[in-house]
Amino acid sequence: MTAAVRSKAAPRTGVDWFLTFMRVGLSFFFISGVIMFVLQQIDPQNPIAQVFNPDATGLTADQFEGLIISGLSQGAMYGLIALGYSMVYGVLGFINFAHGEVFMVGAMTGMITSNKLEEAGLWEDAFFVSLVFIILVAIVCSTATAVIMERVAYRPLRGSPRLIPLITSIGVSFLIQNISIVLLGPGAKAYPSLPDWLSQKRTVLFLEVEGTKLMVILVAAISMAGLWYLVERTKTGRAMRAVAEDKEIASLMGIDVNRTIVTTFAVGGAMAGVAGILWGILFRSVIHTTGFLPGIKAFSAAVVGGIGNLGGAMAGGLTLGSAESLAPLMVLEPWGINGVSQLRDAVAFLVLIFVLLVRPTGLFGERLSAEDRA
Amino acid sequence: MSAPMATNETLPARAALDQEWRKVVNHGLLLALVLVFVSLANMPVSLDSRMIIEPMLSMGYLSLLWIPVVMGFIVSSEKVLEGIAYHAKGAREVLAGGLVGLIGGLGLSLLVVLIDNFDLRDPLVNWSPALLDLLQFGNGIGFGVIIWPVLGFGLGVFGGALHIFTAMTRTIVGWVLGAVLGIAVFETVIIDLLTERLPFEFITDWFYFIRGGLSQQGAVTAALIGGGLGYLRVLAQRGVVPTPVQDYKQLVGPERTRANTIIIITCGVATAILPLLLGRITNELLANVGLFVLLALGLNIVVGLAGILDLGYVAFFAVGGYATAILTSPNRGDSWPDWVPQSHWFAALIVVILLAILTGLFIGAPVIRMRGDYLAIVTLGFGEIIRLLFLSDWLGGYTGGAQGVTNIPGVDLGFVEIKGTDPRAIFYLVAVFCAIAIYVSWRLEKSRLGRAWMAIREDESVAEAMGINTVNVKLMAFVVGAVLASFSGAIFAAKVGSIFPTSFIILVSIVILVVVIVGGMGNIVGVIAGAAVLIGVLGGPKQPGLLAEFSEFKLLIYGALLIFMMLKRPEGLVPNVRRTRELHQEEFLQDAWLRSQVDADEQDGAPSGEVAPA
Repeated sequence: MTAAVRSKAAPRTGVDWFLTFMRVGLSFFFISGVIMFVLQQIDPQNPIAQVFNPDATGLTADQFEGLIISGLSQGAMYGLIALGYSMVYGVLGFINFAHGEVFMVGAMTGMITSNKLEEAGLWEDAFFVSLVFIILVAIVCSTATAVIMERVAYRPLRGSPRLIPLITSIGVSFLIQNISIVLLGPGAKAYPSLPDWLSQKRTVLFLEVEGTKLMVILVAAISMAGLWYLVERTKTGRAMRAVAEDKEIASLMGIDVNRTIVTTFAVGGAMAGVAGILWGILFRSVIHTTGFLPGIKAFSAAVVGGIGNLGGAMAGGLTLGSAESLAPLMVLEPWGINGVSQLRDAVAFLVLIFVLLVRPTGLFGERLSAEDRA
Repeated sequence: MSAPMATNETLPARAALDQEWRKVVNHGLLLALVLVFVSLANMPVSLDSRMIIEPMLSMGYLSLLWIPVVMGFIVSSEKVLEGIAYHAKGAREVLAGGLVGLIGGLGLSLLVVLIDNFDLRDPLVNWSPALLDLLQFGNGIGFGVIIWPVLGFGLGVFGGALHIFTAMTRTIVGWVLGAVLGIAVFETVIIDLLTERLPFEFITDWFYFIRGGLSQQGAVTAALIGGGLGYLRVLAQRGVVPTPVQDYKQLVGPERTRANTIIIITCGVATAILPLLLGRITNELLANVGLFVLLALGLNIVVGLAGILDLGYVAFFAVGGYATAILTSPNRGDSWPDWVPQSHWFAALIVVILLAILTGLFIGAPVIRMRGDYLAIVTLGFGEIIRLLFLSDWLGGYTGGAQGVTNIPGVDLGFVEIKGTDPRAIFYLVAVFCAIAIYVSWRLEKSRLGRAWMAIREDESVAEAMGINTVNVKLMAFVVGAVLASFSGAIFAAKVGSIFPTSFIILVSIVILVVVIVGGMGNIVGVIAGAAVLIGVLGGPKQPGLLAEFSEFKLLIYGALLIFMMLKRPEGLVPNVRRTRELHQEEFLQDAWLRSQVDADEQDGAPSGEVAPA
């Protein structure tokens, strides 16, 4: 389906030329931005670095480090959410647009539970127990949301034209956001403050890392390892992989396809729930639209890593998180664009478009199910 | 208990009974959940101020009361496939409905007790004494606990009883309820229409209470009117009275063309005269509906005809709005060089069209070869990028950033100036552009290009094999949709006088999508009806509708409606014939197969109506 393959057989049309132009242009934009940035880091007075942005100062090592760490911690969350997109895509071949909302449900339940715990005085005193508790509650709620979603909205539509479940999932996303508004109110809600010993900086190897971000990365890594074990080493995981490969054959082999699909949604939901708590801990604020942008970005991460590929989803998440954190300063600022922090979200979409234009199968290759290959 | 259900005959009696009970309990619990949700969403309290029948029924109570009826009906309805006998309904169905209502009512009683004893106001903002008071009908807690199961049972019985009514009774009941509700909901429009210019105060005085809502004699009259119309409808179904719609459908050739012409001229004349009779608020409403009709007609070409799910459709609306604003307003960003003139609206419109075409090509070209789901998200990304760019400091010198562009002048026609403050003039402007859009859509649908779009929608590979240049054809859909949306943007800019990036959020795209889908993908009449019903009654993303009290809930309703339509009626309210066949291909095939089985059995001498389900 890619233009690159097609152009060998068919004559190049105007659209092909335009796409080539876009590919080359975007690559040039990214690469020369980075080159200018590097030159600037070497010598701020370098004439090439000053072409577009005369008063640039470059970044200090501390700033750079901080950007990478925050990029990675956000990327770890994107990766966790992206797993849900990727797994559902692998099994059903459709993008569950409402997955970002599952993540939002996790963050919301975490907010409610942690505030209740704080009222009871447990949050500061027994932080780790409380944390494990809110993660468990969030996992339960997110999993329930994902499973109900599948049962009510997607199962009846299995086998209908491709557009239909996609539009339904947009409706589901819209509905969950608005349920949150009418039940919990439209304003942003805060998580209780974290204990001081957690949020202070500490040195790991040679990097100075904020304790919170370190914890986010650690929890994400543990969840990812758990998921990997589930998918690659257990019977359930083998069933999931079999269903992703070919539903009919899998059912002939004695696999309960419906149950496996539900399990997939549940596991994806659980990962999103964990990510929701991490989001709450990192940003300490949650609102009904919390799920929207991270959801879209996590989808982008899944595409960047190659959709249907679980390791790719995590790697894509980390790539996208770092790109989003670094690119405004490394690529846009050398081009003389001001107010770059406002364009963070635009960068994430730009990366998605770029990857789809240049390598639609993602950086780490796509694991396609049989229906897609046909 | 009456005869067992046809499908249960093979089951042992005990299992069949268990199944029935489980069905009742499940539906009852679902009903309880829905009722509690609606209460906690604060619908009863915030809609309580809107009266339907003064002083008996407010929209707040109605938001709770209709649900048990529907659930009581659903619990004993069954899918009847072609060739299977519909089993007789009786007391069992009524009882089932009543029990479902009873369980639902018990759910609300539980809620009343809980609100009375616990305070969960922290996470649930609507856990309030006001809600408790409303659920108790202003009486004590005991009354609140007892009344809901009784009410639920009664309403559930009514819902279940709808099954045992004859078709005639059902139709008439439906019409009566519809007439009362319709006359109550359209209160503003009806009063405006009858009293603004016309001297019919005596009618509205008869129907409506001074502070809103139907008066009691008005409700009775409305019910009588509804009943009369319903009876006429029944007679028409029996062929006693002629039915214009049926007659119209049977027309062919030149006669049909003549009928169409008459209908179009009538609609045109009505559109021209109606605003003159209406006041400000209603004209404003009509202008908003018109803007969304324009947007929806454009998206209808992209989604409905070509089958491309474009979620960044608001981008074109934004381009139209911003281009018009920048070219006509004296108050645009300061970074513009002098050679960009401050021009007339129509001159700006030409630039807007060119820009829309360019944007359509620019956004369309990269996404056109992607799979449908990738395309949806990438277009959504483009829509967001365009909004973020308009908002950013980087382009702030051109677009005004968060402050937007203000002081946009109206449209100067020489003899008269159409200003945003005059909704009637704006409505005429919108109507002209809608007429153009309708004509274009109608001609395109019948053209070679339109057939190519529909072929791509059905199967892209096959369409390509048939020699359609899919890339160019899909790009054309993008461009045509973009131009229509940019018209809407240009009028929007002149109407509101100042535009900000917040007017162009993704929500707008989704609301337009809901309008197109609810109305009927690929059907012009459907899309217009969808916009009129949704935007006119419930309201747009920022525009209030007729039910202004609903503004908190309209997006919730849109979301639910989108899912419901996709699950139950993907072809929309006013379906396009061909689209319906595509969406229900399997059912059509199954029906055909069943029919052939029935025919075969009849030839074998077996009585029809006892064919086993597939």
